[in-house]
Amino acid sequence: MAEKRTYELMFIVDPDAGDEDVVKLSEGVQKIITGQGGSITKTEMMGKRKLAYEINHKKDGTYVLLEVEGSGAEIAEVERRMRVNDQILRYMTVRVDEMRRRADKLKDRRARKAAKKPANGKAKAAAVSSEADEDEAVA
Amino acid sequence: MSSNYEDRDFGFEREYDRTMPRGPRRMQRRKICRFCIEKVDLIDFKDVKLLMSYVPERGKILPRRISGVCATHQRMLAEAIKRARNIALLPYAAD
Repeated sequence: MAEKRTYELMFIVDPDAGDEDVVKLSEGVQKIITGQGGSITKTEMMGKRKLAYEINHKKDGTYVLLEVEGSGAEIAEVERRMRVNDQILRYMTVRVDEMRRRADKLKDRRARKAAKKPANGKAKAAAVSSEADEDEAVA
Repeated sequence: MSSNYEDRDFGFEREYDRTMPRGPRRMQRRKICRFCIEKVDLIDFKDVKLLMSYVPERGKILPRRISGVCATHQRMLAEAIKRARNIALLPYAAD
């Protein structure tokens, strides 16, 4: 359990709350996290946007996104507090370190495949080289 | 409820070569996974604009037999769409 985990914590604040309230809320959340031994790597206020469906009869909400690093205990604490806070319409935590690791693995495998491919077949090699050209164009 | 996915042009199928016609069936364009071409490793649930193109009006996830997305990427896409629904970025059902 000592390993570091990365989470994305997104929550929606009541649209009737003022800007200061939103800032205060997010600072409160950050304080809880640092108090529990976690750290915040990114904060993003995504602003007010329309909800795809009504939550508590509200049609829009202010989105806040935090990227948190920690053991997972601070997430439990933050979620517990959010559940009882009426100003927070919805929250969601996604663990991203595993997802990113998987993405890196995919990228690795593709790089290895691309390096291997040109050896077999003329037609295939031609296709690959045209693909490689595209890669360079993209990069 | 009738699904009219087949009639709609989502723009995924254009610009690719036609494959050989198989039997009496109509000539079909080969569908290619656009995430594979763009070498996408991770589909983010916050990327609403991208996800929207795989969610027709009704709010359902576009099946890969229509969009041509490969199995791996369809799985990522479905996961991302479901997450986006949870946080009200995408609708569960719409009409």
